[in-house]
Amino acid sequence: MTDRERYEAVVVGAGPGGAAAAARLADHGVETLVLERGVDAGAKNVSGGLIYAEQSAPYTVDDLFPGFREEASERPITDYKMDNIAGNRVKTYDLTPLHENDTLWCDSVLRRKMDSWMAERVHEKCRESGGGLLTDVRVNGLLREDGEIVGVTCDELDDIEADVVIAADGVNSELAREAGLMDWDDPEEWFQGVKAVVDVPDGFVQETFGVDEDEGVARLFSGDLFQDARGGGFMYTNQDTLSIGTVFHLDSIVEERAESHELLNALLTHPHLSNWLPDEYDEIEYSAKLVPDSKKVALKEPHRDRLLLVGDAAGQMQAQGPIIKGMNHAVTAGALAADAYVTARGRSGETAGQRYATLLDREGVMDKLRPKSYDWTSGISEHPATANVMETVAKSPVGRAVLRTGAAESLVERAFNSPRLLSMLPDIKPAYVTVPSLIGAEQGAPVSGESTVEPPTLEERIGDLSYNTDIGNPHIEVRDNSWAASGTAVTACPVSAEDFGGGCYRSETVGTNGSEERVVSLDTQPCVECGTCAVVADTEWEHPRGGKGVEYEQG
Amino acid sequence: MEIAVLTKGVPDFREGQVSFDEDGHLERGKTPTVMNPNDKFALRAALQTKVRHGGNVTLCSMGPPGYENILEEGMRDVYADDLVLVSDREFAAADTWATAITLTTALEHMDKEPDVVFAGFKTADGETGHTGPQTCWGLDRPVLTHVISLDIEPENDVVRAKRLVEGDVDEIETVEAPLPCFVVTDPEFEPTYRRAEHRLELKDLREQTKRRAENYDDHLTMWNHEELNLDPDFVGLDGSPTIVSSVDPIPKAPSEREATMVTPDDEEGMEQVLEEMTPFAGGD
Ligand SMILES: Cc1cc2nc3c(=O)[nH]c(=O)nc-3n(C[C@H](O)[C@H](O)[C@H](O)COP(=O)(O)OP(=O)(O)OC[C@H]3O[C@@H](n4cnc5c(N)ncnc54)[C@H](O)[C@@H]3O)c2cc1C
Ligand SMILES: Cc1cc2nc3c(=O)[nH]c(=O)nc-3n(C[C@H](O)[C@H](O)[C@H](O)COP(=O)(O)OP(=O)(O)OC[C@H]3O[C@@H](n4cnc5c(N)ncnc54)[C@H](O)[C@@H]3O)c2cc1C
Ligand code: SF4
Repeated sequence: MTDRERYEAVVVGAGPGGAAAAARLADHGVETLVLERGVDAGAKNVSGGLIYAEQSAPYTVDDLFPGFREEASERPITDYKMDNIAGNRVKTYDLTPLHENDTLWCDSVLRRKMDSWMAERVHEKCRESGGGLLTDVRVNGLLREDGEIVGVTCDELDDIEADVVIAADGVNSELAREAGLMDWDDPEEWFQGVKAVVDVPDGFVQETFGVDEDEGVARLFSGDLFQDARGGGFMYTNQDTLSIGTVFHLDSIVEERAESHELLNALLTHPHLSNWLPDEYDEIEYSAKLVPDSKKVALKEPHRDRLLLVGDAAGQMQAQGPIIKGMNHAVTAGALAADAYVTARGRSGETAGQRYATLLDREGVMDKLRPKSYDWTSGISEHPATANVMETVAKSPVGRAVLRTGAAESLVERAFNSPRLLSMLPDIKPAYVTVPSLIGAEQGAPVSGESTVEPPTLEERIGDLSYNTDIGNPHIEVRDNSWAASGTAVTACPVSAEDFGGGCYRSETVGTNGSEERVVSLDTQPCVECGTCAVVADTEWEHPRGGKGVEYEQG
Repeated sequence: MEIAVLTKGVPDFREGQVSFDEDGHLERGKTPTVMNPNDKFALRAALQTKVRHGGNVTLCSMGPPGYENILEEGMRDVYADDLVLVSDREFAAADTWATAITLTTALEHMDKEPDVVFAGFKTADGETGHTGPQTCWGLDRPVLTHVISLDIEPENDVVRAKRLVEGDVDEIETVEAPLPCFVVTDPEFEPTYRRAEHRLELKDLREQTKRRAENYDDHLTMWNHEELNLDPDFVGLDGSPTIVSSVDPIPKAPSEREATMVTPDDEEGMEQVLEEMTPFAGGD
């Protein structure tokens, strides 16, 4: 038996968090091994995706990866609007001031292209410092000695020891859970994001959105088009595609028993969208993933022993009102984790983990992720009574009358553009549904277009995805298949639906001792590894082995 | 480690590539020649050995000058450091015996004697599976056949292999042999890389080999019978004890049914078909 392999640093995951951590470690000359489970970096990843470079951030992605904007991103986003929809009335607010607040630049991205581009650079850098980046390798656990974390274990490789393990393994981080730093218990802590990438003809974006080659548009949608589900929709322009998606609070999807794909379809087929969609709707990819809500889950001490958590794995995903900032924080945190390790190594006293937590705090990252104003006010503002009062006031003749005034129009627009107010925005229905739809109803103008979009069926969407199925080795197991424990997954799983037999979760009725019982069954073949059923159902949830499962081309 | 791999060019039997004439004879001119598919497993085993233990892989083939392309393919797809083509009119029309004699001599003629020689299991055209073991006999080494996985301990001069007993996938045994030895890989062979450093090395090699293959002829050596000091009487056709007395085409299965062709546009014809089918429609 040969001796155990060891590297100075092991980074798990090659998303923006892992890439940044590894690049920074390699720049410090640290021997760094990056392990990524996808066939290619980005093959497993989904974002909306607008990546921000914040003025106040100690590291931005182009600091670490020169040439990023020219080679890895799609379009600079120069125009940012929000549409409040009520029926077919729409009121548009210009949120460009909010979008530009603390922003050096912001580009749309597609993750397969972005992540694989960064991974190539990471591999080159790490190779120079004695490590490198490997794809097709899934880390399946933490290596411990005398109970202490000293490295990682993998499906495809023998145990690996490291002085520091940086887990940048995303929202469904198995390592964060194994270390006892995160759980999969509460739907309130997560959003679910679902996205379609739509192909458009060359030059279509410029013509339709009235922008140049190096300009782009972001539009947000909220109001009553999603029934009562709390969340909203987005549309971002890429080079020659559009990213159109929805992000909803997971607890709301659970409560409403909403079908995720139908919420997306409600957006796609809304007449308002026909303004920007080509006559022939050509969806090239359907994808989904959980999104952490940093306000609730961002860890103040994201570390244990030699393990440091970075990005979504540590819950570092900020929803600033309609603006979603995950990738930029993952980049910053990754670089800070690397710096923390380098500062702390070989010294007694402060550990790398403690140092990392200090840096997150000192550089203002924690304040963005867990705004104090939200912590102070959420107790009251998210109290059910508040929701009732707000709902009643907003809907009352007085509330409606106020919204109709010109003063209210500019006031609301100003409020939406205030980062501080948005950071306090409570996660309750009035904020997401009632107010936006009242704005739409009271201030909006009717939309003219008619939708011709016929979104693909779930079956077609699954059929268009590539899978490398690990036959006979399902990565998720249902622990309790009763309807009460796991039934929600049938609707909440983005590739399952009531009355659809070709998805992951199905409802079945079985007869036992004369009585009938409703249960769920699971087939992981069409799974897009979003993580939803880890939270909403009673499962034993793991990622598939390296190189197996779904493979996104766009992401 | 010094590693050699034996490979042969064969007609590309894949659909769309292969071409047969009316009598069912292979049209060599119209069918591209490719590396014998089974030899890729031999190359993978060699690559695994190189990655794990370092060293040099030489890919060797006996055949016409056109086999250069096969060697290039080996370099590009599966990796090889050096290429040796054993080519001479005198070697033509060799049977497996004469082939083995020639290959043995070529292997012995190499600068450094290989620690392990790898061969594939059966070619797609000759299909005898004789060449590997016969060459091994010529080299007077232990042979491991039907190998599906391989571990070498160079420090102990030991090769440990899993092999299919009688080529049966359900019966696997683990065997040990001393170095140097000869390994015939089974199509079930799977390389394993359980150390990150090996996978990183593999990634480097893939990069390097792509560049190397662009100038593959810089790494190609050709040997004829003189260079190998081989007596023409003992190689090629003259050195082949096998006598092919005759070659019989496998007759086509006779058709006992009468068939009439009807195009769907031919209304009268179609009516007739329907008429004839009517009695069967009731399930008679
Ligand atoms: C629909 C949607 C819209 C979004 N919109 C935006 C947006 O507009 N802007 C924004 O900034 N953010 C957005 N986000 C959030 C953003 O995508 C994430 O915050 C960001 O990707 C987090 O980066 P990360 O590096 O932490 O994790 P990820 O990008 O998820 O990367 C994790 C990596 O780890 C790998 N991995 C996981 N487990 C293992 C394992 N066990 N072994 C090996 N490798 C493993 C994965 O394959 C993956 O490559 C959106 C998310 C969704 C779902
Ligand atoms: C009865 C008989 C008569 C034949 N007569 C003629 C003839 O008249 N004219 C003629 O051109 N051919 C003739 N051949 C074909 C020739 O003998 C074979 O092409 C050659 O000996 C290899 O045998 P094989 O194809 O069965 O390979 P196998 O023994 O099935 O091959 C096993 C492995 O040996 C190695 N190997 C095989 N051939 C070579 C090679 N040339 N160079 C390097 N490695 C190799 C490869 O690793 C291969 O995977 C004859 C074959 C037979 C069986
Ligand atoms: S089975 Fe679970 S992880 Fe897979 S797509 Fe459905 S909800 Fe997501």
